[in-house]
Amino acid sequence: MNFSVVTSQFWPLLINGLAVGLIYVLISLGYTMVYGVLRLINFANSEIFMIGTFATVIVTRDVFHYTSAHEALHGFKLVATLFLILLASMLFSGVTAILVELIAYRRLRSRGTNRLASLISAIGTSIMLSEAVRILTKSAPVPTPRLLSKFNLFTIGSVAIRIDTFMVIISAALIFFLVDRFVTKTLLGKAIRAVSMSEETSKLMGINLNRVISATFLIGGLVTGAAAFLYMQVYETTVFNVGFNLGLAAFTAAVLGGIGNIRGAFYGGLTLGLFEQFASAIIGGQWKAVTVFTVLVLVLLFRPNGLFGEAIQQSRV
Amino acid sequence: MANIKNLNLRDKGAQLWENWDRPRRTAFVVILIALVGLLPYGGDFSFTSILNTPISSYQAVLVYPVGMFVLMALGLNIVVGKSGLLDLGYVAFFAIGGYTAGLLSEHTHLNTWEIMPIGMAAAMFAGVLLGLPTLRLRGDYLAIVTLGFGEIVRIVALNTQSIGASTGIASIRTPPKTFGLQFDITHSNSYFWVVLIMILLVIWMIRRFTVRRPGRAWEAIRQDEDVAILMGVPILRYKVWSFCIGAAIGGAAGVIFASKTQYVAPNMFTFNVSVLILSCVVFGGMGNMWGVILGGVILAYLPERIRFISNARQLVFGITLVVIMNLRPDGLLPRKKREKLGAAKKAGGEN
Repeated sequence: MNFSVVTSQFWPLLINGLAVGLIYVLISLGYTMVYGVLRLINFANSEIFMIGTFATVIVTRDVFHYTSAHEALHGFKLVATLFLILLASMLFSGVTAILVELIAYRRLRSRGTNRLASLISAIGTSIMLSEAVRILTKSAPVPTPRLLSKFNLFTIGSVAIRIDTFMVIISAALIFFLVDRFVTKTLLGKAIRAVSMSEETSKLMGINLNRVISATFLIGGLVTGAAAFLYMQVYETTVFNVGFNLGLAAFTAAVLGGIGNIRGAFYGGLTLGLFEQFASAIIGGQWKAVTVFTVLVLVLLFRPNGLFGEAIQQSRV
Repeated sequence: MANIKNLNLRDKGAQLWENWDRPRRTAFVVILIALVGLLPYGGDFSFTSILNTPISSYQAVLVYPVGMFVLMALGLNIVVGKSGLLDLGYVAFFAIGGYTAGLLSEHTHLNTWEIMPIGMAAAMFAGVLLGLPTLRLRGDYLAIVTLGFGEIVRIVALNTQSIGASTGIASIRTPPKTFGLQFDITHSNSYFWVVLIMILLVIWMIRRFTVRRPGRAWEAIRQDEDVAILMGVPILRYKVWSFCIGAAIGGAAGVIFASKTQYVAPNMFTFNVSVLILSCVVFGGMGNMWGVILGGVILAYLPERIRFISNARQLVFGITLVVIMNLRPDGLLPRKKREKLGAAKKAGGEN
């Protein structure tokens, strides 16, 4: 136990917590949106994330031919390259998400069977994806070449903010804002919300259920892919089971914010990211997962719909 | 006449069973148990040697994973299949059983049979501790909380120096010689028979429960919780009981496992084990005991049998799960659907 770090390290912990929390927010959107329309946990979301991290590596290394020895890019070329890699990563994850829906959920859903069957087939898909990647990479961690020279951008108070942290915070917040706007304002977003309220009624209103569900998976996948890209810019290494712990944390974040609730996922992810940083600074990093789950249990006991579930019901997906 | 598409092995089996008289049933059960008991010798003869597993010895595979998985799948089936509570952290109870055996064998002179009830009690206690606060939650939250609990148990074991941290506890004593059976690394068969007896006891217990009050309460909770409350079923009490009984079986499996491998370590009790056992339950047919046993046997045996493609066996496992769930969403041997049976009878009456 070391409480003094909270005061001495307050700003660095806060900034890191924000960055980690925002990555959780993006991944948890993949869980929360799918849960909204299907009322099912998308167990393969952690693998959709994993595919995104590998897409980042592959595009950087094999399409743009950057190596670790390459010197950092600058200016417009840097922004354009990063943006293209981001798009590629989103695309890979999005396509994976659609495939996951086709393989694991569609047939079972059309037969209207029990929920656990879908859960197991999603678990099976998840095992399939991570094992395929494990065999291809021979279980070895894969680094991605660094494109961004990680200088300190500016300082707030006593803490220097590095460019990659800054990029994560800004882009994640922006992506979240776009998704939120998309779901609340566009016609497809409206259809997604309608399906999450009542599948039967929305079918009667002429909504093409299969298309809406595919679209939900696609958006969840795209956002998870973006999270994977941002994760890789900060941590720079990936491995076949990278998604497991992150997926678990992101799912916890989704539950914390009230699962099925997009803005809830935002607050849940931020809360979890910040809490995790401070808690592991105080009682040691190895207990991180334990503290997170203890808080989750306490929250569920006293607020069974998540911390923010009730307050923002209207904006439920 | 029923054509081949409508052929339902489970109903056919049940029909046959219904038509038998008592001596016939007893004889059938005795012969079946004897045949299963002789399974360890199956690898010795030329025409059954196809059963042999390429890497670990066939006799050892029958104990772990096959026997253990069937035992734990039966335990988890009470929680998931009978009462409809999704538990993703079942491995925690297995770990608690294993660690109890390890600690008691290290610090006391108790033998495995004396440790067994203590291990079961410890797992049950953990079940109550986890169950009382969390069983009020609805399905998906329960899933994530149990998943978290499984991870917490593993992480606590990993970070506590006094129980060996990441190296775990080694040189756990094997059971003493009992009824002329020796228990050590070269006598896997003895373990198999012990596990078989435990499985039979669990089957007997589940059959008793199913026709009595707890079984009916679980069935009511599974079908509709609100209606169950209205009918006066104390649902929290029966949920906690179901959790506890499942936990006790997991704990017993853990004790035997620890005395077989003589070693426990945190990395044996990962989330994957919970997933595997849950897969056995759902794959075989949730709620139907025979289906769960079949699922356990197949999912535990298959990866061992196909070890020659060792690197891809988990991949094949994943594909199998997806394919079977898509083809038979209710599992290989699904539970009886009373509504369906009733409808069939009605239709039959009209003909």
